[in-house]
Amino acid sequence: MPKRALSLSRVAIYATLLAACAVYLIPLLIMLLTSFKTPDDIRTGNLLSWPELFTAIGWIKAWDSVGGYFWNSVKITIPAVLISTLLGALNGYVLAMWRFRGSQLFFGLLLFGCFLPFQVVLLPASFTLGQLGLANTTSGLVLVHVVYGLAFTTLFFRNYYVSIPEALVSAARLDGAGFFTIFGRILLPMSVPIIMVCLIWQFTQIWNDFLFGVVFASGDTQPITVALNNLVNTSTGAKEYNVDMAAAMIAGLPTLLVYILAGKYFLRGLTAGAVKG
Amino acid sequence: MATLELRNVNKRYGSGLADTLKDIELSIDDGEFLILVGPSGCGKSTLMNCIAGLEDITGGAILVDDADISGMSPKDRDIAMVFQSYALYPTMNVRDNIAFGLKMRKMAPAAIDDEVARVAKLLQIEHLLGRKPGQLSGGQQQRVAMGRALARRPKIYLFDEPLSNLDAKLRVEMRTEIKLMHQRLKTTTVYVTHDQIEAMTLGDKVAVMKDGVIQQFGTPQQIYNEPANLFVASFIGSPPMNFIPLRLQRRDGQVWGLLDSAVGVAGSAHCELPLGALEAGMENREVILGVRPEQILLGAVEGQPSIRAEVEVTEPTGPDTLVFVSLNQTKVCCRMTPDAAPQIGESLVLRFDPDKALLFDAQSGERLGLLGKTSAAERASTVTPFRGR
Amino acid sequence: MSAIAVLSKASPLDALQRWLPKLVLAPSMLIVLVGFYGYIAWTFVLSFTSSRFMPNYSWVGLQQYARLLDNDRWWVASKNLMVFGGLFIGISLLVGVLLAVLLDQRIRREGFIRTIFLYPMALSMIVTGTAWKWLLNPGLGIDKMLRDWGWEGFRFDWLVDPERVIYCLVIAAVWQASGFVMALFLAGLRGVDSSIIRAAQVDGASLPNIYLRIILPSLGPVFFSALMILAHIAIKSFDLVASMTAGGPGYASDLPAMFMYAHTFTRGQMGLGAASAILMLGAVLAILVPYLYSELRGKRHA
Repeated sequence: MPKRALSLSRVAIYATLLAACAVYLIPLLIMLLTSFKTPDDIRTGNLLSWPELFTAIGWIKAWDSVGGYFWNSVKITIPAVLISTLLGALNGYVLAMWRFRGSQLFFGLLLFGCFLPFQVVLLPASFTLGQLGLANTTSGLVLVHVVYGLAFTTLFFRNYYVSIPEALVSAARLDGAGFFTIFGRILLPMSVPIIMVCLIWQFTQIWNDFLFGVVFASGDTQPITVALNNLVNTSTGAKEYNVDMAAAMIAGLPTLLVYILAGKYFLRGLTAGAVKG
Repeated sequence: MATLELRNVNKRYGSGLADTLKDIELSIDDGEFLILVGPSGCGKSTLMNCIAGLEDITGGAILVDDADISGMSPKDRDIAMVFQSYALYPTMNVRDNIAFGLKMRKMAPAAIDDEVARVAKLLQIEHLLGRKPGQLSGGQQQRVAMGRALARRPKIYLFDEPLSNLDAKLRVEMRTEIKLMHQRLKTTTVYVTHDQIEAMTLGDKVAVMKDGVIQQFGTPQQIYNEPANLFVASFIGSPPMNFIPLRLQRRDGQVWGLLDSAVGVAGSAHCELPLGALEAGMENREVILGVRPEQILLGAVEGQPSIRAEVEVTEPTGPDTLVFVSLNQTKVCCRMTPDAAPQIGESLVLRFDPDKALLFDAQSGERLGLLGKTSAAERASTVTPFRGR
Repeated sequence: MSAIAVLSKASPLDALQRWLPKLVLAPSMLIVLVGFYGYIAWTFVLSFTSSRFMPNYSWVGLQQYARLLDNDRWWVASKNLMVFGGLFIGISLLVGVLLAVLLDQRIRREGFIRTIFLYPMALSMIVTGTAWKWLLNPGLGIDKMLRDWGWEGFRFDWLVDPERVIYCLVIAAVWQASGFVMALFLAGLRGVDSSIIRAAQVDGASLPNIYLRIILPSLGPVFFSALMILAHIAIKSFDLVASMTAGGPGYASDLPAMFMYAHTFTRGQMGLGAASAILMLGAVLAILVPYLYSELRGKRHA
């Protein structure tokens, strides 16, 4: 390939990539800028104009209105993530290492859950939660997230464990280890990467959930996504865009932080979810 | 230390499926080394898993020291196994790998330490005890896997193709080492392999399997010299036995098989093999003559049938040279010393060792007892060399 | 014969060990059978009833489906899904593939750039919707910014334009998901056997040609996976509409997921909502079944 054409095309490549970076980053920048402006500043300036005065008033007001829901989300997300991951790990262990008649069929049935449009289970699920006395409770949301997160968590662990030679389990059985000993002493210590993937996947899924939150929770038990949506879409009073943006940042920060700290596992979760079977 | 007996063992995965193991009958004495050999998919690994208790049998019984263990869970069978993939616990170091089975059996920590030290010394892996399996070479992993089995001092060792993941040189080394180990410990051992050299060199007894059925069970010598059928004959031996189609003929109260090399040398391109006394109904029957490459010798000797043939290809392997000729339109391999090896196109006189050649039924593949029945002395008296026409 | 012997000879503890795998899986099996398939069946039943605010089981046959197909808002939602889904999937694939190919050119700081492309995927659709609602705000958003910068005649009010509001959803959704497509394809590109590329270079093919004719066609499975995921996101899209437009103006930007929610939970049309949910499931199945079929067939041939 001629050298000059190459360098010219490389300039074009870098320029395109840089422009793309701008497209992806600017909305975040605008959110940040807006959240630190005063309402007047917002009206007189424009999206990318530098704030006349940096003020945290938007953030304070936003925290006042969605802070409580932030903790709701924490209370929903942490148990739901842990329980669904543990169940997924156990399921994956059985499906990969202790196959029995019908277990493959079960896996097939479960896999479909990854594609299930949740609209089709919302009504019965809300009746059931009502019957169980869990309607509009944090526990109810935890339960729902565990149930409908099971497909993905099981898929993660099952696919990870089928890549581990079954002989390992056979060897441990001959060594005298039982079902849970093998899981706890042999497989779990090997599972750190997939546990990370699963935790992060479930964390982002559940934290970012809106549908279950808006259907199964009300008032004080709502997660932050629902609270944010209510805040942004209320038509009463003057719109305070700085508060909206600060609230959006508050809602987005936990998952953003996880993404920055553990992006490797986040990506692996996405691709593992994508390339099934 | 134990005897092992398999009585009529059957294994079937689903009711509609074919048998994976069919009527397996085997028994070995205390301290014997049994080889299960066969092509992949023949059921040898399944059989081993059944002995270990990793899979349930669907019929028959497995007896260790005359007690049926087929209902026991693997941990209670007192059997240790070395896996093809070694199956070392990747998150534990070598010491913990060896000690794991002992810990599971609630052995006292001091006793565990002693046992690990003994095994490590035996296998010369003392310097590796602190390492993780991922930091070991294939050969070292192999040793650790054996160490894990040895530490338990079980009644029976099972080896599932333990050498197949090693490179050729290491494989030969470890083979010798396993043999030495067995001579020293004299523990009853079952060893699965698809490698016929391992089968011949290691085993006291060999069971050749195909499609879940034992084709032949005997000593390596019996398997090699008196294969029960075409499959066993072709599976054991390298280069494999030559199979030459023949039609049986009766003349002078004697049965003959005609070989033809189609070489235009007058009178010597044919050879009639004397095949002893014949049962009624064997005349004109299609059979297959089995001759091992080393049983075809160079030059004519009085009293032994011979034939002239033309060399088509030669393959020097180092210690031997393989010489290929055509007999009855079949490619036939002869093993010769490199010094005696002829050139391509050269015409040779080949003779057969009549003591060792075998006959197989062309349809069923079963070996026919014809040649084995007559003694060498009888045969010598009936042989007519060079019945060229 | 021996199967019975096996059980009779096993100690109770051994028997427990034997049953443990099934016992451990049992709760999940129950969850899947009831929570997935049982509930689908239940919704299916509801879709044949006249349920309004509360479920009742008076059978009305296909009446709800007839009402649905007669409902202008449902048709708008379905048409919107076609437009939204088609554009969202098409543009995301295009942008994602382009970025992946560009990033595959031994780019300096590739990891950092990749991180930037992918971060929107970590955000909730609600956050994305909120942000883009502000960016596209007629009067204060990009509209005003470009006018401030001297483009006096610039108008951008798609967000309140019933004809164009659906494209606003596309913009936000593409912004969120295209980085994910990029990541999928980049992983696929890294898996391509480099000797194929060298062989093509020896054959004298130019770099764009190598990508267009050799590498990208070999990424069929990745393409398919991405298509599946994006289609799935599109059909389930609910949060983005809720936060950006709430289906408005009017119901111009309604999507089936939004339609289902509104009728089932706020308008007391449970039977109609159930029917719409079943149709959504049908749409997912229509995409999923050929996909799974080809996956399974591929496995069998492999």
